[in-house]
Amino acid sequence: MSVMDNTINVTIIDREGKSHLLEAPTDMNLNIMEICKVYNLPVEGICGGMALCASCQCYLESDTNLPEQGDSELAMLAEAFHVRDNSRLGCQIRITEDINGIVLRLAPK
Amino acid sequence: MVQSDIIIIGAGPVGLFTVFEAGLLKLRCHLIDSLPQPGGQLIEIYPKKPIYDIPGYPIINAGDLVNKLLDQIAVFKPGFTLGETVTSLEEIGDNQFVVSTNRGTQHRAPIVMIAGGLGVFEPRKPPIENLERYEDKGVEYIIKDPEFYRDKRVVISGGGDSALDWTIYFAENKIASEISLVHRRTSFRGHLDSVQKVMNLANEGRINLITDAEVVGINATTTNSLASVVIKHTNLGEIIKDADHFIPLFGLTPSLGPIADWGLEIEKNAVKVNTYDYSTNRKGVYAVGDMNTYPGKLKLILCGFHEGTLAVQSAFAKIYPNKKNVLKYTTVNGVNGF
Repeated sequence: MSVMDNTINVTIIDREGKSHLLEAPTDMNLNIMEICKVYNLPVEGICGGMALCASCQCYLESDTNLPEQGDSELAMLAEAFHVRDNSRLGCQIRITEDINGIVLRLAPK
Repeated sequence: MVQSDIIIIGAGPVGLFTVFEAGLLKLRCHLIDSLPQPGGQLIEIYPKKPIYDIPGYPIINAGDLVNKLLDQIAVFKPGFTLGETVTSLEEIGDNQFVVSTNRGTQHRAPIVMIAGGLGVFEPRKPPIENLERYEDKGVEYIIKDPEFYRDKRVVISGGGDSALDWTIYFAENKIASEISLVHRRTSFRGHLDSVQKVMNLANEGRINLITDAEVVGINATTTNSLASVVIKHTNLGEIIKDADHFIPLFGLTPSLGPIADWGLEIEKNAVKVNTYDYSTNRKGVYAVGDMNTYPGKLKLILCGFHEGTLAVQSAFAKIYPNKKNVLKYTTVNGVNGF
């Protein structure tokens, strides 16, 4: 997997199990929730990225090293449903070179 | 019944600024919001957070922006109904609408402007089959009166402050005859002293603390009210717990609420509008700010200000079809309040 200039690869597996390989720019300060919306994947992002609705919950399926979860994300995941050990909020994962090749599966609604 | 020119549903920044633009056209507004204070999510969620994209303010705290908006519109003396949630929109004769709230307050106006932002915050309901069938028949999401649970067997689920606090309250005040707290994990995300209290109550045998477990099902009595809950435990498998009440406490989640049933065209959880004047498919009903959607929509306060400004021009033309309206600059005319 090669990193083009300022672009990384992100794989999102939708709720039907279909895999989507997305190119995501690292220089636009985007997060996973926003990238999903850009590609019209079924992620609502109701709260706009404030870790308040869990509509962008996904499961981390690659061994990507992500920064530790913040308090607001942990608080939200404590109250969300379908939460597993590898649950993350897409809105809290920034698109950076460090996550090139990440694989995430969308959690049920 | 309160009569005004425009009923604005939602007292967030966009609803507030719409009062100003309406006031310039001598239209009187009444705002309704389910929160107890104006400002919407800016006050409720991030009052101390800085906003960087308000023209003329390189940086402004959300709370300060709301205060400035309130100052700006004070001259137009808007009415406020706070802490009440709109429930119904009814069209009566003479091109008038009646908007009612959950407390029975009624407001009348020829124009309704929906500026509902994220929507109303409703209890998050766990994905349990047929859960809704038992609402008010043993399943409640909000504890209104603790006495309601006197001498009952209560199962609470959740891991946040609300679940902890109510468990402690019920146990310490000896209200419920039996109290169980079910939580998915072994650790809780509440205040440390609340967590400690719950642990102590469990050790003293005053509550049943069931962790690593989730309520996954409901059994009913012959009269169709709650008989027991089915708990799935990570190690112990299925546990059936007899209960009179099951109270899932998983915080709140934003939703369109009753607006979804008003016959408005809905797309992506938002109200579809015509960008000519931000009108909806119902004549006299407009939607501005985060709650509307149209091609190219951006959920920005800035855009909401623009939308409200254009919407009140259209509202004026609808209220006064025979009056000519000329755009007047505040620099020339000043701001003449009511």
